[in-house]
Amino acid sequence: MGRYVIRRLLQMIPVFFGATLLIFLMVNVMGDPIAGLCGDKACDPSTAAQLKKEFGLDKPVWQQYLTYMGNVFTGDFGTAFNGQKVTELMSAAFPVTIRLTIVAILFEIVIGISLGVVTGLRRGRPVDTVVLMLTLVVIAIPVFVTGLLLQLLLGVEWGVVKPTVQPEAPFNELLIPGLVLASVSLAYVTRLTRTSIAENARADYVRTAIAKGLPRRRVITRHLLRNSLIPVVTFIGTDVGALMGGAIVTERIFNIHGVGYQLYQGILRQSTQTVVGFVTVLVLVFLIANLIVDLLYAVLDPRIRYA
Amino acid sequence: MTIIEESATVPAPRAGDDKGGPLLEVRDLHVEFHTRDGVAKAVNGVNYSVDAGETLAVLGESGSGKSVTAQAIMGILDMPPGKIPQGEILFRGQDMLKMSAEERRAIRGRKIAMIFQDALSALNPVLSVGYQLGEMFRVHQGLSKKDAKVKAIELMDRVKIPAAAARVSDYPHQFSGGMRQRIMIAMALALEPDLIIADEPTTALDVTVQAQVMDLLAELQREFNMGLILITHDLGVVADVADKIAVMYAGRIVEQAPVHEIYKRPAHPYTKGLLESIPRLDHKGQELFAIKGLPPNLMKIPGGCAFNPRCTMAQDVCRTDIPVLHQVTEQDGTDLVGRGSACHFWKETIHG
Repeated sequence: MGRYVIRRLLQMIPVFFGATLLIFLMVNVMGDPIAGLCGDKACDPSTAAQLKKEFGLDKPVWQQYLTYMGNVFTGDFGTAFNGQKVTELMSAAFPVTIRLTIVAILFEIVIGISLGVVTGLRRGRPVDTVVLMLTLVVIAIPVFVTGLLLQLLLGVEWGVVKPTVQPEAPFNELLIPGLVLASVSLAYVTRLTRTSIAENARADYVRTAIAKGLPRRRVITRHLLRNSLIPVVTFIGTDVGALMGGAIVTERIFNIHGVGYQLYQGILRQSTQTVVGFVTVLVLVFLIANLIVDLLYAVLDPRIRYA
Repeated sequence: MTIIEESATVPAPRAGDDKGGPLLEVRDLHVEFHTRDGVAKAVNGVNYSVDAGETLAVLGESGSGKSVTAQAIMGILDMPPGKIPQGEILFRGQDMLKMSAEERRAIRGRKIAMIFQDALSALNPVLSVGYQLGEMFRVHQGLSKKDAKVKAIELMDRVKIPAAAARVSDYPHQFSGGMRQRIMIAMALALEPDLIIADEPTTALDVTVQAQVMDLLAELQREFNMGLILITHDLGVVADVADKIAVMYAGRIVEQAPVHEIYKRPAHPYTKGLLESIPRLDHKGQELFAIKGLPPNLMKIPGGCAFNPRCTMAQDVCRTDIPVLHQVTEQDGTDLVGRGSACHFWKETIHG
C-alpha cells in the first residue's frame, strides 16, 4: 500500500507540471493580459510597456513559466492586477467553495444513495419510474436554468430563502446553492446506485445472507449496500474535484464569492496570475481526490490490493 | 469473561413436537414462476419427508425443480416472480407456508440451514469469513463481536480449516475452493440446525476434495443427528451418504427408494437411463448410453407422463394419463418398503 501511494504521488508530478504548463500557455496565448487592465479602451503604449516589464511579461513564455513555478513552490502565487495577492484571494475563496462542495456532496450521498437504494429494490414499481423520470429531467436541464428557477421561486416569489448569499457564506445559506450544484451529479448517483443495487440484489451472497436468517435491514445495509457502493464512491470522489472547479455558474447565480467567482473575475479581467493560480490548486485537488478514491476502493473491496 | 447460556436463547420446542412425525415433510408442493413469456411450472406436486439423522438425496437434471423445492423450503424464493399456489411444508408438524415472515426468518439459519453450490459467489466477497460466520451468532444469539469471533474460530476448527485463528480475518477469495466450501458448511452448522439442505455442495470442487467435503458433511451430520437433504446430479456422491433417494423430473418425483435398491433395480425408465449413463470401467470401449432428447420446457410440459417423449417404453397411455407414484412391490406382491415409481410400466421396468 505504501509503495503504491508513493508511486501514485510520483506520477502526480508530471501530470501536475503538464496541466499547469497547458493552462499557463493557454492563458498567455489567449490574449494580451495587459489589455484587460485598462477597461474597454486600449492602453497607453508606454504604460503597457511599463506594466509588462513590471510583471515580467516581456520575457519569453518558458521563462515566465519557470519563474512562476519557482514562486509557486515558495508559496507565492503572484499578485492579481488589482494589487491583491492571489494567495489572499484563495484564502478568502476556498473556504467558501469547500463549504459549498461539502453541502453538495452531502446532498449527493444522502439523497442520491437513498433514492438509488429505494428504486433499486423496487424496480419497475411506480416509485422507480417516477424517480427515474425526475433524474432524467434534472440531467437534461442545464444548471443555470435550475439555479435561476429555484432562486426565483424560493428566493423571490415565496421568500423561503434569501435569493443571494452573504460574503461570509454560512452553511444555512448554502443549502439551495448546494442543491443546485449537486443536482446533476445527484441524478447520476441515484441512477448509478439503482443499477448497482438492482444487479447485486440477485447475487448469490445476498441469497446466502437471507438464508442465514438475517433481518432484511441487515441484509441490505451490510451485504447489499456495501458491495453496491463501490462504483458510487468512485463517482462521488471524482466529483469532488469537478464540483469545486465547476461551481462557476452556481456561484454566479447566487453571488457566492468562492473559487468559481474568482475564476470568473480572473478570466474576465484576463488576470493570468489569478487564473493559473486557482487552476493549479484545482488540479492538485483533483489529483488528490482521485488518489483517495483509489485507496478507498481497496478499503471497500478487499480483492483489490495495491503492491 | 461471560459464559453465554446457549440453551436460554433457543426457544423451547413447541408443544406437539417430536411426536413421531418426520422432521420435515413436503406435501403436494407446487411452485410456478410468472414471467413475461408465460407461467413456468417448476415444481408440480412434490412429496417427500426427512427424519432427524436421515439423509435424503434429491436427484435430477438441471431444471427438474430440485433446487426450487429447496428454496421454497428455505423461504428464499424470489416472490414474485415465484409463487406457491398449492402445497404444505411441515417443519416439526407446523406449516411454514402459513407462518409470518418474521417467524420464518427465525427458523432460517437457526433450525434449517442451507449450503450452496458455488461458495465463491455464495460468500460475500467484501466481508471477512470470520465476520460472515460470526454474524450467525450475533444476529441469532446476540453475542458481542468479540465472542462471535471466538465462536467463528471454533467453527473453522470444527470443519478442519488449518490455522483457523490466523485465517479468521481472511476474505473468501483468499481460500481454496475446498476450504471455501468448508466455510459454507461451517456457516450452515453454526447454530446446530435440525435440518441442512445442501444444494450440490460438491459440484464446483475437484474429485479428491469432493470426497473430503462429503465425508466431513456426513460426519458432522452424524454428530449432530441432523436431517440432510442432499441435492445433486452426481449419482456417485449419493451412493455413499444417502439413506433414501428421490428422483425428480419436470417438477415431479418420479421415483423414490432406499439408496441401494435403486442402483440394483430401478423402477422408472428415467432412473434406469440415468444409471446406464454412468461411465463404467467394465464397459470401456462401448458407446456410452445417453437419454435421448432434452428436459422439457417448463412452460409447456408434455401431457401425460412428462418423460414420455424421451422414454423408450412409452405407450399411448403415457401421453394421456399422468402416472401417480405407485407403491412398488415384489413380483409376488409383497411391498418394497419406501419404494415408489411414477410410471405406468413400473412392473416391466423393475421385473422385466
